[in-house]
Amino acid sequence: MVPLSYYLLLSAVLFACGVAGFLIKRNIITIFMSIELMLNAVNLSFVAFAAHWHRLSGQVFVFFVMVVAAAEAAVGLAIIISVFRTRDTLNVDSVNLLKL
Amino acid sequence: MLHFVLFFIFAAICLGGAINLLAQKHPISSALSLIVVMGSLAVEYLLLGAEFVAIVQVIIYAGAIMVLFVFVIMLLNAGIEEHTRGSRVALILGFPGMLALGLLISWVLVRNPEHTVPVGAEYGPANAIGRLLFHEFILPFEVTSVLILIAIMGAVVLASPMHPRFPEPEPEQPELVAAGESRSDS
Repeated sequence: MVPLSYYLLLSAVLFACGVAGFLIKRNIITIFMSIELMLNAVNLSFVAFAAHWHRLSGQVFVFFVMVVAAAEAAVGLAIIISVFRTRDTLNVDSVNLLKL
Repeated sequence: MLHFVLFFIFAAICLGGAINLLAQKHPISSALSLIVVMGSLAVEYLLLGAEFVAIVQVIIYAGAIMVLFVFVIMLLNAGIEEHTRGSRVALILGFPGMLALGLLISWVLVRNPEHTVPVGAEYGPANAIGRLLFHEFILPFEVTSVLILIAIMGAVVLASPMHPRFPEPEPEQPELVAAGESRSDS
């Protein structure tokens, strides 16, 4: 019997780590990985609630979150490649113009 | 008791990986620690009785998405991140923001500690999930296939070098072309 709040606490701390990485990291790929970390933290709380309420809908939602994360990773990494091709940098401080 | 021990071991590995992701300077180290986080989260899913989600986590996240990340890191030759003035401001504001958010969510959770879940009591077998996915959630399932299709097309269009953003300058040395040197357009 592991209490539900333990899982939710782990999820909250992971989400906070993701938020911190999003704020303090300057590399655009690492920022993207922080977003993935936040999505994983939310997935953990989905599965914990699904086990708590004995409903499988939470696990189905985790499946959908993973699909959206995969699509997001594909498009986002393509955008990163495109940005790197035009600006030759991955630092988000240097990417401050909408149009070159 | 075994569940407790396994939960704490893999929660510690998970948190260590997440903090290592923040501490590392090189993106490839951050990617590897993110893989550690995802693997230990898969074990947490197994402890919660969600073996289908655990397998999918390993296959899709650690297997597909992270391979994409590592591939892009190596393709772009991403080095150690450099810091500027704006990044120091983000560093000063980021950690208190993280602490505030974490403490807020933890306080809300600790206030109602009566939630307990019998882990491993109810398994989420793959056939039940599949039945749910193809009966109740058939419309979102089909919509995700359209989403994946659009994502594939968007990735191909964005990453393809076939449409240069700027017109290529005229070749300044036409004698090279005349001499038979083929110029490879990027």
